[in-house]
Amino acid sequence: MARSVNVWKSVDKLTIFLYVVLVFLGWISIYAASYDYDQASIFDFAERSGKQLVWIGLSFILASAIMLIDSRMFEIYAYMIYIAFMLLLVFTFIVADEVKGSRSWLTITDSIRLQPAEFAKFATALAIAKMFNGYNFKFTKPANFFKVVGLVLLPMLLIVMQQETGSALVYLSFIFMMYREGMTGLVLFGGICAILYFVLGIKFSADMWMGAPLGESIVLIIICAVLVGMIYFFAENRLVARNLSIGYIVAAVVTAILIACGIEVPMLYVLLGIVALSLIYLLVVYFMTFSSRILVAIAVTIVSVVFLFSCNMVFSKLQPHQRTRIEVLLGMKEDLRAAGYNVNQSKIAIGSGGFWGKGFLNGTQTKLKYVPEQDTDFIFCTIGEEEGFWGACLVLGLFTALILRIMVIAERQPRPFGRVYAYSVLGIFFFHLFINIGMVIGLCPVIGIPLPFFSYGGSSLWGFTILLFILLRIDASRSEHF
Amino acid sequence: MIAGAVLAVVAIYIVRLFMLQVGDNDYKRYADSNAFQRKILYPSRGFIYDRNGELMVYNQPAYDVMMIPREVRGLDTLDFCNTLGITIEQFEKYISDMKDRRKNPGYSTYTPQVFMTQLSAQDYGRLQEKLYKYPGFYTQNRVLRQYSRPIAANVLGNIREVSPSDIEKDDYYRRGDYTGDLGVEKSFEEVLRGVKGEEILLRDAHGRIKGKYEDGRYDVQPVSGRNITLSIDADLQAYGEKLMRGKTGAIVAIEPATGEILALVSSPTYDPSVLVGRERGKNYAKLTRDPANPLFDRAIMAMYPPGSTFKPTQGLIFLEEGIITPETNYPCTGGFVVGGLRVGCHAHPSPLPLIPSLATSCNAYYCYGLRSMLDNRRQYESTSEAFEIWKNHLVSMGYGYRLGVDLPGEKRGFLPNSKYYDKFYGENRWRALTIISIAIGQGEILATPLQIANLAATIANRGYFYTPHVVKSIQDSIIDTTYTERRYPSIDSRYYDYIVEGMRAAVTGGTCKTANLPDIEVCGKTGTAQNPHGRDHSAFMGFAPMDNPRIAIAVYVENAGFGATYGVPIGSLMMEYYLKGEITDPARKDLEHRMFNSKVVGNSGKKR
Repeated sequence: MARSVNVWKSVDKLTIFLYVVLVFLGWISIYAASYDYDQASIFDFAERSGKQLVWIGLSFILASAIMLIDSRMFEIYAYMIYIAFMLLLVFTFIVADEVKGSRSWLTITDSIRLQPAEFAKFATALAIAKMFNGYNFKFTKPANFFKVVGLVLLPMLLIVMQQETGSALVYLSFIFMMYREGMTGLVLFGGICAILYFVLGIKFSADMWMGAPLGESIVLIIICAVLVGMIYFFAENRLVARNLSIGYIVAAVVTAILIACGIEVPMLYVLLGIVALSLIYLLVVYFMTFSSRILVAIAVTIVSVVFLFSCNMVFSKLQPHQRTRIEVLLGMKEDLRAAGYNVNQSKIAIGSGGFWGKGFLNGTQTKLKYVPEQDTDFIFCTIGEEEGFWGACLVLGLFTALILRIMVIAERQPRPFGRVYAYSVLGIFFFHLFINIGMVIGLCPVIGIPLPFFSYGGSSLWGFTILLFILLRIDASRSEHF
Repeated sequence: MIAGAVLAVVAIYIVRLFMLQVGDNDYKRYADSNAFQRKILYPSRGFIYDRNGELMVYNQPAYDVMMIPREVRGLDTLDFCNTLGITIEQFEKYISDMKDRRKNPGYSTYTPQVFMTQLSAQDYGRLQEKLYKYPGFYTQNRVLRQYSRPIAANVLGNIREVSPSDIEKDDYYRRGDYTGDLGVEKSFEEVLRGVKGEEILLRDAHGRIKGKYEDGRYDVQPVSGRNITLSIDADLQAYGEKLMRGKTGAIVAIEPATGEILALVSSPTYDPSVLVGRERGKNYAKLTRDPANPLFDRAIMAMYPPGSTFKPTQGLIFLEEGIITPETNYPCTGGFVVGGLRVGCHAHPSPLPLIPSLATSCNAYYCYGLRSMLDNRRQYESTSEAFEIWKNHLVSMGYGYRLGVDLPGEKRGFLPNSKYYDKFYGENRWRALTIISIAIGQGEILATPLQIANLAATIANRGYFYTPHVVKSIQDSIIDTTYTERRYPSIDSRYYDYIVEGMRAAVTGGTCKTANLPDIEVCGKTGTAQNPHGRDHSAFMGFAPMDNPRIAIAVYVENAGFGATYGVPIGSLMMEYYLKGEITDPARKDLEHRMFNSKVVGNSGKKR
């Protein structure tokens, strides 16, 4: 029989404190971002700050309600919640009107619209947590791995269909949890390589260098470097790695001399030749040592080269508008609303804040509406401009504290269910923070996802509140046995 | 490891923030509240030409008065109103409209707002001289439409200011922008509008322009809208509109070999130039209130009973299904009389085979044919099954669904299916005789003039058609392949020759003798559609010349009596005018004169 505990006594008060502070700062930032001299009251319900206050009040009620639910309910109904939200996503896609190119909003009344994609995150996290909690569940088994990936891919796919690519990318954050649960680092490494190859290959495919597309040349060089790295660290064959490095250096020097002498070098073929020679050399090594890790390195290299050329081919076969979207994302093309301009304006606004900032409500760049989406995706700008470096650091610090606190909570969970859910929550928060602030300060591509608790919008605030408070509820019952 | 990743990212971000905010860089220099002015550069809207290259729609300059509310100082309101030629009340209304966030979601006192649109060149001149006295105001060049001829309003459409819902739907629009309304202006909005540009100007503390921000690196040049060439022949269109004056109805002329619409006349119509400029709102309201409804494009939106113009489809279906051969005779005893049921007909020889039945437009022939088909229990299991086959043939000929013309608002007409009758009469409670009037294009059947003209084009082509369209080509682009692919109805092409022969016989010695021309082999079919709301509608469908047809046509005149009274003369004049360029024969000249000046005043029995 379960031993119930007093929820209020065992709940993590530090997290609640951080949550309340962040939500409060978010609210006054929204007020500052949409502030105009014509309107003065932060409580005016016709304005966004007033509306956000309503959303905040409702989130507190929501949070309290979650606290009253028995924590076992989340586990028992996890799959049902997941299925319900997937159906809701499908339903949204079917009935939603197109708003600015996306079909992700459910219209409740004229002024109230919800974005189910924001709520699907916690449902997915619960479902995955329940799967991990299953009796004798071993994540390292490939079948289980693919089951979990399937659970993540389904909402991603549905959200991409709603034309909300940014929100869909958030689901990549489940990788953190998978890594914690023992996913081999190779998958992470392979994923990063694949993204890197794709981005570089596409981005520089139009620039020619030595008679070959620059992108493909760069990627081939990286593939060679990765190969040496794999032989050195993974196959642990120092000698072969050294030989390969020497070979590459010689090849590079010879090529450089040839170029300096004004001889045309067919770079693509040279690089492909070098890769092929390396592979032949490694095959020979394999037949001498029978080290299966060498074989893995060979396979990885071949797959990489095939991937590089196939993604260029696939890319050129895409529909023009899909291609444009990827090109804009990679900064190859400025879209009509000129994302490059936005980021530049956002940097100007932040840069003008200085160390101490211009003071609350005294920001000029954001008020002048130079920065687009200043109370949603680009809200960090307002903080940077009005509160300066220390304010921006404070917000970053609060988020870091929240994320690290979630990690502490995660590690003290007695059961996989709580731990996996906590790491999923951590991943989601971190991903939002990473992308949103990175985008505003010009370090990440512009992907429209909100800054938790700060960006205006009821759906996102509610989504994050539910996400966090389910975790707190599960954590509050960690000492119960059942 | 994960904690490390989090801390590393945060550390990188803090360094970056430090560089941006505390380190020395260009970003601070620009951060003056007056540093930037973003000015929108409007593209020129694409021109519209007719099929012979005649310019039909082009642009005229207009001016918007813009206002940056926060920079307005010491405005002499009375003087300002006098300059603009507006009253103080209007001034206040403009201001309150501008501040209304429901009408203008992008309102801010810091950014340029549209104060007033479409200033005339005169007022613009006066304002420009005194502009220095009104800080915070400036003008912006815009384009309005100008029409070279007062024709084809239903095809061309017009432009209007965007509504808040347009802005909501498409990010491209800002308050005060224009968008296409009706016609090709609407359906080809994205081609015609081009892409707005923007320049970012740097200003000093006094608001004076100091040049371009970063030498125009972030400027976007506007891209002019692309020109469109219509398939409409402006002369033929004008001629058709003249013929239809005083009458209610529509003419659709199609070039069979391409599906290009040569003329799309809807009557009554209006001069498209009344919907340009400041008077647009008033004129638009007037057109909306007009009981004759000139904004309603009867050529593609009106759904009429096709009447006898429907008979060729029946002949084709009966031939295809093997119900009749061209030699099959059916009697006509002054009509189709079975039991207590009687569908009347007029005097002609009896019995008669297919070709003369088309020439004389015998009702009985098609009633017998439909009954033979629907009651044929050897070939079809039930009336429903036979009926569905009958219906599917018609659908393949373009009836019952939208053809897909490249204009907004096309209607689909109406074809009942067996479920419709099951519901109406009860399952298995209906048979051929219950619904016999559909054989002669009466009863539930409704079609748009476009669908009737498309049938004429299909017969002219002996068995295929192209989706009718009004846009022949787009500058630097090609038209959608749906308009360049042949569509084949489910009727074998060899059967069409009999129908063509019948339609030829109708002209040489049948119901459309008025269309008989000495030098052009015209084929035609009249239609006199009964309508429960008033006098019969007069219809005609035809094409010419018989071999290698260049024009297929449908004419529909509401409440004008027999097909031969109005439909045939108008249709034949249109074809003759198009093929020869003018009407010369004195007798035909008389006919033309009569058509120009006749009026059909009847109660409007149109179905919508």
